[in-house]
Amino acid sequence: MAESLLKVNNIEVVYNHVILALRGVTLDVEEGKVVSLLGANGSGKTTTLKACSNLLHAERGAITKGSIEYQNNDISKSDAYNLVKDGVVQVLEGRHCFSHLTVEENILTGSFIRENPKEAKQDLERVYDHFERIRIRKKSLAGFTSGGEQQMIAMGRALMSRPKLILLDEPSMGLAPQLVEEIFAIVKNLNKEGVSFLIAEQNAMVALKYADEGYIIENGRVILKGKAKELLERPDVKEMYLGVGEEGKTSFRDIKYYHRRKPSFT
Amino acid sequence: MIYRETGHFVTNYLKDREIFPLKFDKIIVILGLLFLYLYMPTTSEYMLSAHVIPILAVGLATVGLNILTGLTGQLSLGTAGFMCVGAFGTYNLMLRMPENLMSLPVALLLSGIFAGLVGVIFGLPAIRIKGFYLLVSTLAAQYFVWWFFNSYAWFLNYESSGVVAIAPHMYDYWGLGNLLGVDMQGYPARYLLALTICIGLTYFAKNLLRSNTGRNFMSVRDRDIAASVMGISVPRTKLLAFFVSCFYCGIAGGIYSFLYIGNVDLMIYEIDRSFTILFMLIIGGLGSISGSWLGAIFVYEFPILFTWVGDTIFQGAFNTAVVENVSNMVYGVFIIALLIREPGGFAALWATTKQKLRMWPYPH
Amino acid sequence: MDWVYLIEVLVGGLMSGVMYSLVAIGFVLIYKSSGIFNFAQGTMLLFASLTFVKMTENGIDFWTALFIAAGIMVIFGIATERYVIRPLANQDLLALFMATVGLATFQEGFSQFIWDSDVHGLQMSKFLDIGLLDPAPIFVSDHIPWLDILIPKFDIFASLVAGSLIVILAFFFQKTRTGLSLRAVSDDHMAAMAVGIPLQTVWAIVWAVTGIIALIAGLLWAERVSVSFTLIEAVMKALPVILIGGLTSIPGAIVGGLVIGVGEKLGEIYLADVFGGQGIELWFAYFMALIFLVFRPQGMFGEKLIERV
Ligand SMILES: Nc1ncnc2c1ncn2[C@@H]1O[C@H](COP(=O)(O)OP(=O)(O)OP(=O)(O)O)[C@@H](O)[C@H]1O
Ligand SMILES: [Mg+2]
Repeated sequence: MAESLLKVNNIEVVYNHVILALRGVTLDVEEGKVVSLLGANGSGKTTTLKACSNLLHAERGAITKGSIEYQNNDISKSDAYNLVKDGVVQVLEGRHCFSHLTVEENILTGSFIRENPKEAKQDLERVYDHFERIRIRKKSLAGFTSGGEQQMIAMGRALMSRPKLILLDEPSMGLAPQLVEEIFAIVKNLNKEGVSFLIAEQNAMVALKYADEGYIIENGRVILKGKAKELLERPDVKEMYLGVGEEGKTSFRDIKYYHRRKPSFT
Repeated sequence: MIYRETGHFVTNYLKDREIFPLKFDKIIVILGLLFLYLYMPTTSEYMLSAHVIPILAVGLATVGLNILTGLTGQLSLGTAGFMCVGAFGTYNLMLRMPENLMSLPVALLLSGIFAGLVGVIFGLPAIRIKGFYLLVSTLAAQYFVWWFFNSYAWFLNYESSGVVAIAPHMYDYWGLGNLLGVDMQGYPARYLLALTICIGLTYFAKNLLRSNTGRNFMSVRDRDIAASVMGISVPRTKLLAFFVSCFYCGIAGGIYSFLYIGNVDLMIYEIDRSFTILFMLIIGGLGSISGSWLGAIFVYEFPILFTWVGDTIFQGAFNTAVVENVSNMVYGVFIIALLIREPGGFAALWATTKQKLRMWPYPH
Repeated sequence: MDWVYLIEVLVGGLMSGVMYSLVAIGFVLIYKSSGIFNFAQGTMLLFASLTFVKMTENGIDFWTALFIAAGIMVIFGIATERYVIRPLANQDLLALFMATVGLATFQEGFSQFIWDSDVHGLQMSKFLDIGLLDPAPIFVSDHIPWLDILIPKFDIFASLVAGSLIVILAFFFQKTRTGLSLRAVSDDHMAAMAVGIPLQTVWAIVWAVTGIIALIAGLLWAERVSVSFTLIEAVMKALPVILIGGLTSIPGAIVGGLVIGVGEKLGEIYLADVFGGQGIELWFAYFMALIFLVFRPQGMFGEKLIERV
């Protein structure tokens, strides 16, 4: 079994001191793996990722229980800056490009964390090699690029810090199926170069196809976990997240099936 | 110890919305009123003229600013300008209307309304302009009003010194002085008039806070787009807030000039005063009426206390400049510290204390 | 109407506009990078120039005094970030504005407490002999025969300083890592944090740079007016400038300054009689800004606010 890179132990997250967003999420990302986190709107995927990257406090959120370990060090007291330095970087939901900066400037901001500015040139080439589409647009303002290009900019920007683990939040949002495949193919390539991924997705089909492992989260709780291949085969998962009921039939009793089940672990 | 909720049962909704839900609160309020009406006037003239009346005036202005900034979220630096309208309005009404038609309380009320209307005019841009951009409108009000009264000497009855004293007969409203044999220009009488107005308006403001109008104000402050979606007319609500707020400030200006210093002086209403009142508001706590009064007391009394300390302990080592500078430093640090520790100001501190008292001696 | 006179008026307006812009730039820097409306800008000017003047009055030479004053402003900026801004991060903007009002009050008291509340004159020509600082005007007709107007040399100097400041800032923003981080932060706090840009360091830099700009602006203003409490008042005049300019744009601050400067001069000449009095410059700038904002609520170059429920 590969070494564990990120370990989330039963965390609880509260926003504004009152809104309980996560009520016990446990997950594990092993080195060199792609892990998908699936769930409906508002189930707490983004919150989980932000907890891992220490961006919660900027939204008045806080981890009230549990712990998060990265390379066996507790990181819940660290901050985003040091975490990026140590190799964990998040690509935010909805891209969040710096719209008044050019594409190249956007990507360069990702390298500021590194002390040696010279390495940035090399890294820039690496980013353009992965994301050929944005090489030709490097001089235009990021605000004027398309959604797909922005996703690539955001990922390229994250890549500049030479991360070991990328937390990718809904890369498929608003993109055409073809482009989604393209993005995930790039994820796979990067993964081969040794970058691990934790991906939050609604598009379960693609996410599971490219992932090694999957977690399903609902109402702030992990309700299911397993090998991606196995999850793809499960009838209840198919019904709820892949939109293909067995024999094309939808039955509410089937859907409720896993709701009633206790979480497989706590 | 007596501060308890036990034995207090809410039997209907009206009761639940009372201002003073607890019996203890009611007793305190009644005792306070007795103190203010019966004991206070018998204290020294100095006490009234140097402490209590000016605090009543600036405190009322703070309540006014609170309605605009604290409740409705519209930032204003024009408070002194609106006070100025009130002071000059009162003076000119008293001066130019036939004596048997006009009396001080009525003149104060009318000039309050007048200040409110001026406020509405300068509030009109608020319909289009939001946030910090609105500062420009209230600053325009401040500077324009000041310049206006400075430029047209008619308003000061052509008094070349820029300060006009208030004639004694202006104080004797409805011949009350003769009737009762009381010196109406004396400080106790002035104090009682100011106190009555302030209590009435504070009560009104407290009620406003809990009324539909008050809730509209707050929803405009919190999210005006959402408010408009819910069917609240945002322009009307904003203008109403400007009116009410400036009405208060106008009356406060009248009280300041007539009941406190006894003359109408333009220099009093420069922009510094707008800032002083803003400090009172922040320190007292945005959105809380009682907080406004606490803030006013603190900001008004601090320099006096500091001078006193300087005089008695350091044998008058502090000149006025030092007092002013140190006061400013203290306000500054105080404002910042409060915003960091307790953004709700004195009012929030008070509320926590009350909460603790309620629990005492068993926390939780 | 004599058109040469009109040109002279316009040039005069432009020059005072430059002075306003100098103050406005500092405002914009802070607003742009953190959304904070820094009310303490005026007192920063006062503090900086007072510190400088007191040092030169005590015999410290010009460059040393400038250097020390700049150092003090940098320290002050960093301290402000650390002890005022950082603890208040994530508070709403009104609270932050109030905090800068508190900061301004503190600084007003502090600078006059440790120095004094007197009025100080500043004559840089005593220290710096570059020919542009003496008060004598330049006769433009010496150079352009048909243009018979006067321009005070100092105004030209001030414009040069403002110009270079803008060029330096533009370079800083476009070409340096820090400048780029700053623009990134002002574009999107969250994304900047996500890529590991240390917000707090960036803010500390902004406050430090603003302190230095306040020193430069303070010295130029002081030379024109004097070093005293009135500097704060003068800075209140910069408010309409930045609001017209749109709060987030440095070119906006410049253009806003020029618009107000020229508008004020023209108003004084053509409108003062209508209002039957002098002193309309007390409020004229605010009214101009007001009319302007009613038509364009986000200012000239301001980014349009996108509001969603
Ligand atoms: N800043 C915030 N303040 C308060 N509550 C929040 C905040 N952000 C998220 N929440 C709440 O936390 C819960 C989880 O939200 P989260 O954004 O993590 O869901 P998600 O799974 O990412 O959904 P989506 O698929 O829509 O992105 C939601 O109920 C949401 O309302
Ligand atoms: Mg999400």
